Amino acid sequence: MAKETSLKRRQARGDFLTTLPLILFTVMFVVGPLVYVVVLSFLTRAETWGTVPEFTLKNYADIAQPVYLGTFWQSLRLAFLSTLLVIAIGYPFGYFMAKLGPKWKRRTTLLLMIPFWTSSLIRLYGWIIIFRAGGVFDSLLMALHITSEPLKLLYTYPAVVVGMVYALLPFMIFAVYSSAEKLDFSLVEAARDLGASPMKAFFTVSLKLTLPGLLSGVVLTFVPSMGLFFIADILGGNKVVLVGNLIQDQLMKAHNWPFAAALSVVLLVLTTVIIWLYRKLSGVKDLEGLV
Amino acid sequence: MSETILELQEIYKSFGDTPVLQGIGLKAAQGEFITLLGSSGCGKTTTLRIIAGLETPDQGRVLLEGRDMTQAPPNKRDVNTVFQNYALFPHMNVEQNVGYALKIRKRPKGEIKEEVKKMLELVQLSGFERRMPGELSGGQRQRVAIARSLINRPKLLLLDEPLGALDLQLRRQMQQELKRLQKKLGITFIYITHDQEEALNMSDRIAVMKDGRFQQVGTPSQVYDSPLTSYVARFVGTANIVQGTVGTVSGDLVEFVGQNGKTSFGSRGHSFVPGSPVTLAVRGEQAQAVKGEEGPGLAGVVKEKSFSGGMLRIAVELSGGEEFICSRHGIDWELAPGDRVRINWQPEHACPVDLPRTESGEG
Repeated sequence: MAKETSLKRRQARGDFLTTLPLILFTVMFVVGPLVYVVVLSFLTRAETWGTVPEFTLKNYADIAQPVYLGTFWQSLRLAFLSTLLVIAIGYPFGYFMAKLGPKWKRRTTLLLMIPFWTSSLIRLYGWIIIFRAGGVFDSLLMALHITSEPLKLLYTYPAVVVGMVYALLPFMIFAVYSSAEKLDFSLVEAARDLGASPMKAFFTVSLKLTLPGLLSGVVLTFVPSMGLFFIADILGGNKVVLVGNLIQDQLMKAHNWPFAAALSVVLLVLTTVIIWLYRKLSGVKDLEGLV
Repeated sequence: MSETILELQEIYKSFGDTPVLQGIGLKAAQGEFITLLGSSGCGKTTTLRIIAGLETPDQGRVLLEGRDMTQAPPNKRDVNTVFQNYALFPHMNVEQNVGYALKIRKRPKGEIKEEVKKMLELVQLSGFERRMPGELSGGQRQRVAIARSLINRPKLLLLDEPLGALDLQLRRQMQQELKRLQKKLGITFIYITHDQEEALNMSDRIAVMKDGRFQQVGTPSQVYDSPLTSYVARFVGTANIVQGTVGTVSGDLVEFVGQNGKTSFGSRGHSFVPGSPVTLAVRGEQAQAVKGEEGPGLAGVVKEKSFSGGMLRIAVELSGGEEFICSRHGIDWELAPGDRVRINWQPEHACPVDLPRTESGEG
């Protein structure tokens, strides 16, 4: 018995030693910055530059101002809308992609991956070329006589939505794809055989079994879309301000670090709640498709 | 013959350039147990999927109770299937799986519960309602799949190698149980297997398939005792095939001239022209190997002797080079490898096969 416990202890020590680098890494790059941001959010802003180590709740109280609450609300709305669009396009895409033959699966995966090899900033500038007044999109619509004058889509809300959907779509596609690929199609046939119409079979079997993928796709879309400030910056001009933009502005332009930190903490809590809800809903512990 | 439940008329089906079914015709009566027997790739699963409506034939018609259902989707057919891998819904428990067909039809909850209970009793799985498919053994999953497909009281049940994944002992037990169920419910079964023993044990009729065609459709005894083709003879109960020419014909008795000796066979009502080629199927247990070079029969040399399952198996190499297997009960101490023997049989035990067809297998 004593031998056993000593062995266990030795094993535990071995485990600790082998995971030490991981623990150090996590402390340094995850826990540390997080604690720093939380602490920062309770400090007072210095008159000129930096912070004064004086505890205050003012930063959080400031968020309650209508302007900032409005920004949160707008962010949530945009995230919600983008997520809905991403589901509408990404779910069928991922689902049918999983049903392709191995050759076309590989090709489609490659086509989806290629944009990732280019900087996302450069890809966004591509959208500028498409959206700007007299750009590709306008010329096309006018050439087809759908519109008679430029729509001037750049720096509008729809442009930001398109940019969001564009940036986040692959995550949804891959999340749904990995879930749908595991779906045994004979289950759908069994449902049809037992009397289900194609729609009924889809909702009772296919959708139920790909729900974990769909939900992790939602998390992967919704959470980042709250913080993708550069998309709103580049495609929305100054007209669309999101929480991400707010944080960036407070940090880089207003140099109000404590307030930026407080905003970050609220955003963090908000997204944590969303992930918690996701786990409750799906009963899934891991983010399928990304792990 | 009672009411015809299923009729297949001249079914053709290709996948791409590969022909899979080439003119399948079959009639199944109420309460009949029909087995489609064949090696993998012969088209038996495709036939089943066409009956279920999961596949549409290129040509031909599927009649269910006399109505043309060739284009009807699976949910409009009074047919259910037990899939090869069971295809149980992994996100539903046993009760939900079995009750699925009734839930789809929006039957009241209490009624579904009652029916599920009955079905689980039928397959001896009472008390398993709350289990998930992942928590069941292979045999139990099999039973759930059967209960699920029977709950809607189909007229016709299709079973795609339902016992393929089970071990031998369990398979024997399930064979009897399936047969019992089928008799009790009076449902027509179309059963797929590649196991000839299973086919012979369970079926009222067997359809032996090869390359998308039925080689022979008949009762187990017809298929076993009077195979129409050498393929059937070899596949069902592994018969020996010998080739030769027709010698003199005297009434029902026809002389067989092989390159390694002469013997005879019964004509079984067919007419034979002297000098024409003929192929015979002979069961190993119905042929005798006798020591010596004199007398009628085919000459050969004993290559191997082995004893298993109460049967002695003697492999003889005929002088043409073909192998002929004789088997008999008990041990023969006389014969030894290297001995010259003659193989002979009672004329009625040799079945002429691969005759030019005068009519198709399905009457």
